[in-house]
Amino acid sequence: MKVKYFAWMKRTVGVAEEQVEPPSEVRTVGDLVVWLRTRSNGHAEALAEGAAFGAAVDHRTAPFDAPLAGAREVAFFPPFTGG
Amino acid sequence: MAVRVQEADFDVGAEIEALTSGNKRIGGVALFVGLVRDKHIREGLHRERIDALTLEHYPGMTEKALEEIEAEACRRWPLEATLIVHRYGRLAAGDRIVLVIVGSSHREAAFEACEFLVDWLKTKAPFWKLEETPAGEKWVDAHEGDDEAAARWEKKAS
Repeated sequence: MKVKYFAWMKRTVGVAEEQVEPPSEVRTVGDLVVWLRTRSNGHAEALAEGAAFGAAVDHRTAPFDAPLAGAREVAFFPPFTGG
Repeated sequence: MAVRVQEADFDVGAEIEALTSGNKRIGGVALFVGLVRDKHIREGLHRERIDALTLEHYPGMTEKALEEIEAEACRRWPLEATLIVHRYGRLAAGDRIVLVIVGSSHREAAFEACEFLVDWLKTKAPFWKLEETPAGEKWVDAHEGDDEAAARWEKKAS
Protein backbone atom coordinates (compact mmCIF):
# COMPACT_ATOMS: atom_id res chain seq x y z
CA MET A 1 0.00 0.00 0.00
CA LYS A 2 0.99 3.62 -0.45
CA VAL A 3 1.56 5.78 2.66
CA LYS A 4 1.56 9.57 2.40
CA TYR A 5 2.67 12.24 4.88
CA PHE A 6 1.70 15.90 4.94
CA ALA A 7 2.89 19.24 6.35
CA TRP A 8 5.48 18.91 9.15
CA MET A 9 5.11 15.12 9.21
CA LYS A 10 6.44 14.94 5.64
CA ARG A 11 9.58 16.85 6.66
CA THR A 12 10.09 14.81 9.80
CA VAL A 13 9.69 11.46 8.06
CA GLY A 14 11.82 12.70 5.16
CA VAL A 15 9.57 11.53 2.31
CA ALA A 16 6.17 12.63 0.99
CA GLU A 17 5.11 9.07 0.20
CA GLU A 18 6.36 5.53 0.23
CA GLN A 19 5.25 2.08 -0.83
CA VAL A 20 5.11 -0.36 2.09
CA GLU A 21 4.24 -4.04 2.58
CA PRO A 22 3.25 -4.40 6.23
CA PRO A 23 3.00 -7.94 7.62
CA SER A 24 -0.44 -9.54 7.91
CA GLU A 25 -0.74 -8.84 11.65
CA VAL A 26 -0.96 -5.11 10.81
CA ARG A 27 -4.75 -4.91 10.59
CA THR A 28 -5.72 -1.37 11.60
CA VAL A 29 -4.49 2.20 11.09
CA GLY A 30 -3.17 2.09 14.66
CA ASP A 31 -1.24 -1.13 13.94
CA LEU A 32 0.28 0.55 10.90
CA VAL A 33 1.41 3.54 12.98
CA VAL A 34 3.20 1.22 15.42
CA TRP A 35 4.81 -0.72 12.57
CA LEU A 36 5.88 2.41 10.63
CA ARG A 37 7.64 3.79 13.72
CA THR A 38 10.27 1.07 13.37
CA ARG A 39 11.27 2.18 9.86
CA SER A 40 13.45 5.17 10.84
CA ASN A 41 14.07 7.77 13.53
CA GLY A 42 12.08 10.24 11.44
CA HIS A 43 9.10 7.90 11.32
CA ALA A 44 9.36 7.30 15.07
CA GLU A 45 9.38 11.05 15.75
CA ALA A 46 6.57 11.99 13.36
CA LEU A 47 4.31 9.14 14.47
CA ALA A 48 5.24 9.30 18.16
CA GLU A 49 2.67 8.52 20.79
CA GLY A 50 1.11 11.79 21.93
CA ALA A 51 1.90 13.60 18.67
CA ALA A 52 -1.17 15.36 17.28
CA PHE A 53 -1.96 13.74 13.96
CA GLY A 54 -4.84 12.13 12.12
CA ALA A 55 -5.21 9.63 9.32
CA ALA A 56 -7.16 8.95 6.15
CA VAL A 57 -7.75 5.66 4.36
CA ASP A 58 -8.36 5.98 0.62
CA HIS A 59 -9.06 9.73 0.89
CA ARG A 60 -11.48 9.49 3.82
CA THR A 61 -10.71 10.50 7.40
CA ALA A 62 -10.34 7.35 9.49
CA PRO A 63 -9.99 6.62 13.21
CA PHE A 64 -7.00 4.60 14.42
CA ASP A 65 -9.15 1.49 14.91
CA ALA A 66 -10.25 1.56 11.24
CA PRO A 67 -9.40 -1.67 9.38
CA LEU A 68 -6.78 -1.60 6.61
CA ALA A 69 -8.25 -4.50 4.62
CA GLY A 70 -8.27 -3.53 0.95
CA ALA A 71 -6.75 -0.08 1.58
CA ARG A 72 -4.69 1.30 -1.30
CA GLU A 73 -3.58 4.58 0.25
CA VAL A 74 -3.17 5.64 3.88
CA ALA A 75 -2.27 9.21 4.78
CA PHE A 76 -1.03 10.78 8.01
CA PHE A 77 -1.33 14.50 8.69
CA PRO A 78 -1.45 17.17 11.42
CA PRO A 79 -4.79 18.86 12.26
CA PHE A 80 -6.15 20.83 9.30
CA THR A 81 -5.51 24.60 9.16
CA GLY A 82 -7.20 25.73 5.95
CA GLY A 83 -9.80 28.42 5.37
CA MET B 1 -23.19 23.29 -6.56
CA ALA B 2 -19.48 23.28 -7.20
CA VAL B 3 -16.11 22.88 -5.52
CA ARG B 4 -12.76 24.02 -6.91
CA VAL B 5 -9.23 23.69 -5.56
CA GLN B 6 -6.86 25.88 -7.53
CA GLU B 7 -3.58 27.78 -7.44
CA ALA B 8 -4.97 30.79 -9.33
CA ASP B 9 -6.78 33.75 -7.79
CA PHE B 10 -10.53 34.17 -8.26
CA ASP B 11 -12.75 37.10 -9.24
CA VAL B 12 -15.50 37.41 -6.61
CA GLY B 13 -17.87 39.42 -8.82
CA ALA B 14 -17.51 37.10 -11.77
CA GLU B 15 -18.08 34.05 -9.56
CA ILE B 16 -21.32 35.50 -8.11
CA GLU B 17 -22.52 36.34 -11.61
CA ALA B 18 -21.73 32.86 -12.94
CA LEU B 19 -23.37 31.14 -9.97
CA THR B 20 -26.62 33.11 -9.93
CA SER B 21 -27.32 33.99 -13.56
CA GLY B 22 -30.31 32.13 -14.91
CA ASN B 23 -31.73 31.18 -11.51
CA LYS B 24 -34.51 33.62 -10.59
CA ARG B 25 -35.47 31.63 -7.50
CA ILE B 26 -32.41 33.02 -5.70
CA GLY B 27 -33.50 35.86 -3.44
CA GLY B 28 -30.24 36.40 -1.61
CA VAL B 29 -26.55 35.60 -1.78
CA ALA B 30 -24.22 35.37 1.23
CA LEU B 31 -20.50 35.04 0.80
CA PHE B 32 -17.23 34.78 2.67
CA VAL B 33 -13.79 35.68 1.37
CA GLY B 34 -10.77 34.60 3.43
CA LEU B 35 -7.56 36.64 3.12
CA VAL B 36 -3.96 36.10 4.22
CA ARG B 37 -3.48 38.18 7.37
CA ASP B 38 -0.13 39.90 7.91
CA LYS B 39 0.02 39.17 11.66
CA HIS B 40 -0.60 36.40 14.10
CA ILE B 41 -3.27 37.72 16.43
CA ARG B 42 -3.88 34.55 18.40
CA GLU B 43 -0.90 34.38 20.67
CA GLY B 44 -1.19 37.49 22.76
CA LEU B 45 2.10 39.35 22.79
CA HIS B 46 3.83 37.22 20.16
CA ARG B 47 2.56 39.11 17.16
CA GLU B 48 4.85 37.93 14.43
CA ARG B 49 4.72 39.49 11.04
CA ILE B 50 3.66 37.12 8.26
CA ASP B 51 5.08 37.91 4.84
CA ALA B 52 3.52 35.00 3.00
CA LEU B 53 2.26 31.49 3.49
CA THR B 54 2.22 28.28 1.54
CA LEU B 55 -0.95 26.24 1.55
CA GLU B 56 -0.45 22.54 1.15
CA HIS B 57 -3.37 20.20 0.49
CA TYR B 58 -4.11 16.54 -0.23
CA PRO B 59 -5.14 16.27 -3.90
CA GLY B 60 -7.90 13.71 -4.25
CA MET B 61 -9.07 13.93 -0.65
CA THR B 62 -9.51 17.71 -0.61
CA GLU B 63 -12.10 17.79 -3.39
CA LYS B 64 -13.98 14.86 -1.83
CA ALA B 65 -14.01 16.49 1.62
CA LEU B 66 -15.27 19.82 0.25
CA GLU B 67 -17.99 18.07 -1.77
CA GLU B 68 -19.16 16.25 1.36
CA ILE B 69 -19.30 19.50 3.32
CA GLU B 70 -21.26 21.13 0.50
CA ALA B 71 -23.67 18.18 0.32
CA GLU B 72 -24.23 18.43 4.08
CA ALA B 73 -25.12 22.15 3.74
CA CYS B 74 -27.62 21.28 1.00
CA ARG B 75 -29.22 18.68 3.27
CA ARG B 76 -29.63 21.19 6.09
CA TRP B 77 -30.81 24.28 4.23
CA PRO B 78 -32.91 24.93 1.11
CA LEU B 79 -30.12 26.19 -1.15
CA GLU B 80 -30.29 27.15 -4.80
CA ALA B 81 -26.56 27.52 -5.45
CA THR B 82 -23.27 26.99 -3.64
CA LEU B 83 -19.64 27.46 -4.56
CA ILE B 84 -16.46 26.73 -2.64
CA VAL B 85 -13.13 27.84 -4.12
CA HIS B 86 -9.98 27.16 -2.07
CA ARG B 87 -6.51 28.14 -3.23
CA TYR B 88 -3.22 26.36 -2.57
CA GLY B 89 0.42 27.23 -3.14
CA ARG B 90 2.31 30.35 -2.05
CA LEU B 91 0.16 33.35 -1.13
CA ALA B 92 1.29 36.80 0.03
CA ALA B 93 -0.27 38.83 2.85
CA GLY B 94 -3.49 40.36 1.57
CA ASP B 95 -4.10 37.65 -1.04
CA ARG B 96 -7.44 35.85 -1.23
CA ILE B 97 -7.37 32.24 0.06
CA VAL B 98 -10.93 30.98 0.07
CA LEU B 99 -14.32 31.90 -1.34
CA VAL B 100 -17.67 30.53 -0.20
CA ILE B 101 -20.87 31.70 -1.95
CA VAL B 102 -24.37 30.55 -1.05
CA GLY B 103 -27.55 31.50 -2.88
CA SER B 104 -31.00 30.77 -1.51
CA SER B 105 -34.57 32.00 -1.76
CA HIS B 106 -34.24 33.38 1.77
CA ARG B 107 -31.45 35.21 3.50
CA GLU B 108 -31.51 33.18 6.74
CA ALA B 109 -30.57 30.01 4.88
CA ALA B 110 -27.89 31.81 2.88
CA PHE B 111 -26.26 33.39 5.95
CA GLU B 112 -26.39 30.25 8.06
CA ALA B 113 -25.20 27.87 5.36
CA CYS B 114 -22.32 30.19 4.47
CA GLU B 115 -21.13 30.28 8.08
CA PHE B 116 -21.53 26.52 8.38
CA LEU B 117 -19.47 25.90 5.23
CA VAL B 118 -16.60 28.11 6.43
CA ASP B 119 -16.60 26.56 9.92
CA TRP B 120 -16.59 23.01 8.60
CA LEU B 121 -14.06 23.47 5.83
CA LYS B 122 -11.57 24.84 8.36
CA THR B 123 -11.67 21.63 10.39
CA LYS B 124 -12.67 18.96 7.84
CA ALA B 125 -10.80 19.79 4.62
CA PRO B 126 -7.13 18.71 4.38
CA PHE B 127 -5.24 22.01 4.08
CA TRP B 128 -2.15 23.06 6.02
CA LYS B 129 -0.59 26.52 6.26
CA LEU B 130 3.17 27.11 6.40
CA GLU B 131 3.87 30.72 7.38
CA GLU B 132 6.92 32.74 6.38
CA THR B 133 7.86 35.06 9.24
CA PRO B 134 11.01 37.12 9.99
CA ALA B 135 11.97 34.31 12.41
CA GLY B 136 11.66 31.63 9.72
CA GLU B 137 9.07 29.16 8.53
CA LYS B 138 6.40 27.90 10.89
CA TRP B 139 3.54 25.43 10.42
CA VAL B 140 0.32 26.95 11.71
CA ASP B 141 -1.17 25.14 14.70
CA ALA B 142 -4.83 24.18 14.69
CA HIS B 143 -6.89 26.74 16.58
CA GLU B 144 -9.20 25.54 19.36
CA GLY B 145 -11.71 28.22 18.47
CA ASP B 146 -12.07 26.66 15.02
CA ASP B 147 -12.96 23.30 16.56
CA GLU B 148 -15.52 24.99 18.80
CA ALA B 149 -17.01 26.89 15.85
CA ALA B 150 -17.32 23.65 13.85
CA ALA B 151 -18.72 21.76 16.85
CA ARG B 152 -21.68 24.08 17.36
CA TRP B 153 -23.07 22.79 14.04
CA GLU B 154 -22.68 19.21 15.27
CA LYS B 155 -24.98 20.03 18.21
CA LYS B 156 -27.54 21.52 15.86
CA ALA B 157 -27.62 18.29 13.90
CA SER B 158 -28.71 16.21 16.89
